[in-house]
Amino acid sequence: MTSAAPPVSRPSSPSGLSLGLRRVRIELKTFFRDRNSAVWNFLLPVLLLVIFGSVFGSQNLGPGITFAQYFVAGMIASGVLYTSFQNLAIAIPMERDDGTLKRLQGTPMPKVAYFIGKIGLVFVAYVAQVTILIVVGVAFYKLHLPTDPAKWFTFLWASVLGLISCTLLGIAFSVVPKNGKGASAVVSPIVLVLQFTSGVFFVFSQLPHWMQVFASFFPLKWLTQAMRSVFLPDSAASLEVAGSWELPACAAVLAAWCVGGLVMSLVFFRWNKRGQD
Amino acid sequence: MTTGRASDPLVVPAPDDADLAVRVRGLRRSYGETRAVDGVDLDVVRGEVLALLGPNGAGKTTTTEILEGYRHRDGGEVDVLGCDPAHGDARWRSRLGIVLQNANDLGDLTVEEAVSHFAGYYPDPHGPLEVIESVGLSDKRRTRGFDLSGGQRRRLDVALGVIGRPELLFLDEPTTGFDPEARREFWDLIRGLRGSGTTILLTTHYLDEAEVLADRVGVISRGRLIACDVPARLGGRDESQATVSWREDGVVRSEVTHEPTGLVHDLAGRFEGEIPALAVHRPSLEDVYLSLINDDSEAES
Repeated sequence: MTSAAPPVSRPSSPSGLSLGLRRVRIELKTFFRDRNSAVWNFLLPVLLLVIFGSVFGSQNLGPGITFAQYFVAGMIASGVLYTSFQNLAIAIPMERDDGTLKRLQGTPMPKVAYFIGKIGLVFVAYVAQVTILIVVGVAFYKLHLPTDPAKWFTFLWASVLGLISCTLLGIAFSVVPKNGKGASAVVSPIVLVLQFTSGVFFVFSQLPHWMQVFASFFPLKWLTQAMRSVFLPDSAASLEVAGSWELPACAAVLAAWCVGGLVMSLVFFRWNKRGQD
Repeated sequence: MTTGRASDPLVVPAPDDADLAVRVRGLRRSYGETRAVDGVDLDVVRGEVLALLGPNGAGKTTTTEILEGYRHRDGGEVDVLGCDPAHGDARWRSRLGIVLQNANDLGDLTVEEAVSHFAGYYPDPHGPLEVIESVGLSDKRRTRGFDLSGGQRRRLDVALGVIGRPELLFLDEPTTGFDPEARREFWDLIRGLRGSGTTILLTTHYLDEAEVLADRVGVISRGRLIACDVPARLGGRDESQATVSWREDGVVRSEVTHEPTGLVHDLAGRFEGEIPALAVHRPSLEDVYLSLINDDSEAES
């Protein structure tokens, strides 16, 4: 038996921020090596763009506005939802099941580092996905990149508010699936329903009124609308229900969901599996 | 300081002057109506390997996970490295190593990436390559987690458990599913850690493992520690009677006695030379364990 070894004074622990950046690296490695999630997060939206663009793309919604352009804007908004909400609401339950969260909890890692890692992953995955969508859109579906800096500013704040709100909602929603295996079966239909009702697959103003009302409670409808204001000509505003892009309303709803998402993730997020705390 | 509550005569407390890594008194935890842990008293002395044995559902996992800070408790005192695990901070965590049961994470990272990454969480870690070497995974350091065998996977878990130079290491059923050779190698690894002064709390279902590795063995049954002693003395094993058996007139005969030496001496005289099929059997750790568990569940009914 060794004699008394009093707790030696140790060098201080690495900071939450620097560990957060290390987590980003690990998250990215894991994400891009896992072929399943890479397929889902990158190929599916592009695939949808190609299918919808080829089938309905040439339909004219108005003078100089094709459905393909309308759809690209919707898919970019969906890209926010895929890379943040869908990604996290599926990945976190899986990590709760496979022991990732338990292992991290057992280390001195500050918990904030885990979330910094996830936010970094979401950000990089979104930038990569949007780049691919824009390249495909411009190359094949007559997507016009805006030249007005104000439109790029809209793109920026819509992306950032969308990513923040949907990341927080994904973290909060990660407690809903009972286990990792079933997570995508719970999460994917929600994303799909929001896409159908929010003007991604169909022109929003042509949807039944009740569906428009339903969608307007959720972020995707407003995010899609803001993205249309960026990528469609100004004349397309007449296709909107209100006859305008309603950008202040878009920003307000997305900001409200950021606050709501923060509250919900703080209240609901759990590290442990059910009944193991 | 008095250690150990004389609540159970088979629980031999740690010496009064022992330097404790873990001290538990009257630990309680219920899940609904079920009292999973119902008054556990436990001491782990610094530098020792303590093995916790017990049937599934006896409260082993709940007890260790309370000590590790994963679960909360309903009552009792718990001190782990001078700290209450319910309020353990990062500094406290950096002095613990936890080897989980059933972890299946990190599959997309190589051994070296995983170990190097986790080293970054600790203020004073070992060198990743040195730890990978010590668990015998040097030739697998560029292999991804999903491509490791079960035994290699557990070695990676141990590497991650010890990378931060822990004072106290928790090992939860570390050799479940190992083939015999892998278990032997794993035992050598644990002996090496003990030799370097790491305190180890091990839970296991394998009695041979407890006997080989542990300085002391504790038996948990129905949420209480019912026996705790060095393996050779657990449950009065050293004082119990021996069974002497031999073959005589073509039949195997046996006799239970307090004085096996005397009996063997008499037999030797009778046979004038080798005693056919002579065996002197003392209860194995397994025999003692099973009778402890049996007596305890009979006491319940």
